[in-house]
Amino acid sequence: MATKEFKAPEMLRTGDPTGFCPGCGHGTVGRLGFEVLDEMGLLEKSISVYDVACDSLYMWAIDTDCVGTAHGRAIATAAGVKRVRKDCPVWAYVGDGASYSIGFQHTVWSAVRNENITVVIINNGVFGMTGGQMAPTTLIGQKTTSSPAGRRADVNGYPMDITKILTGQDIAYLARGSIDTVANINKTKKYIRKAFEKQMNNEGFSLVEVLAPCPTNWGLSPHDSLERIRNEVMEVFPIGEYIERGVK
Amino acid sequence: MAQIIYDKKRCKGCHYCVDACPKKIITVSGELNDKGYEVVEFDEAQCIGCGSCYTICPDYAITIIKED
Ligand SMILES: Cc1ncc(C[n+]2csc(CCOP(=O)(O)OP(=O)(O)O)c2C)c(N)n1
Ligand code: SF4
Ligand SMILES: [Mg+2]
Repeated sequence: MATKEFKAPEMLRTGDPTGFCPGCGHGTVGRLGFEVLDEMGLLEKSISVYDVACDSLYMWAIDTDCVGTAHGRAIATAAGVKRVRKDCPVWAYVGDGASYSIGFQHTVWSAVRNENITVVIINNGVFGMTGGQMAPTTLIGQKTTSSPAGRRADVNGYPMDITKILTGQDIAYLARGSIDTVANINKTKKYIRKAFEKQMNNEGFSLVEVLAPCPTNWGLSPHDSLERIRNEVMEVFPIGEYIERGVK
Repeated sequence: MAQIIYDKKRCKGCHYCVDACPKKIITVSGELNDKGYEVVEFDEAQCIGCGSCYTICPDYAITIIKED
């Protein structure tokens, strides 16, 4: 009798529950990365590099080699780790606030240098850990604790779209996924798999941004947070593959 | 036929699985776990083993084993 199992990697199932809020997207996006590493037989050798924000809560929940970095420095640190541990799959698992504001130079320059690392960025549209302040990805009109009347384009500029900023860069891979539906979660997992495969083929920089809910700071139920991604966030940040060297 | 292994203590009551199940056999149970989150219940006999609940669950609370 053939069996098919839908089962998270053991360390996720048996470790302490994560510290993420109910319905938070970090639990799902991180799992996709660990599932891919597990399926590729790379989990043991992998090195995860976290930022100080909510993603760092993984350090208390799971048992893989990891580095906890200062806010905004995860991508630069991952590049350094990879340079000295070339045989290990190295990924930076980071928030959008960290990657697109305080650590933006590392995001761009690691791409320009085509560092052979994988970067997964959680686009939840806010600085989650510090209480939901406006991030570069906050949508126009979105109310946050630091934009209580809603983001205004004339004062704060437009939401930052990494796929536009990295257009034309000679990197291995760039994609944006979403975790609002089962189908999109499966698609996002394929993107993350490709990103790690490119790193293992020494093709250089791969980045997957993932649209994810932060129900706590959006002031919405988990259900309504997924609806918001579908109806509002994906309009501004379309999902799909943007750069794949040798393909387009 | 599918077996559902549900680790209630990991559940945070987001109820994403309730929406994701194509057979609509996951329901909010009214029962609270130790952390105070309202857990769900499954009508296991109706499960087709598609794994949607596993995929959408952010807390690794559900395992599905499908036998064909
Ligand atoms: C140098 C420095 N500046 C600011 C902070 C405060 N800080 C910690 S997490 C964070 C925001 C994180 O937001 P994001 O990167 O989007 O991650 P999220 O929590 O939303 O996943 C900030 C501003 C810090 N720890 N160190
Ligand atoms: S504050 Fe937001 S990003 Fe942080 S754990 Fe809670 S839901 Fe997740
Ligand atoms: Mg964020």
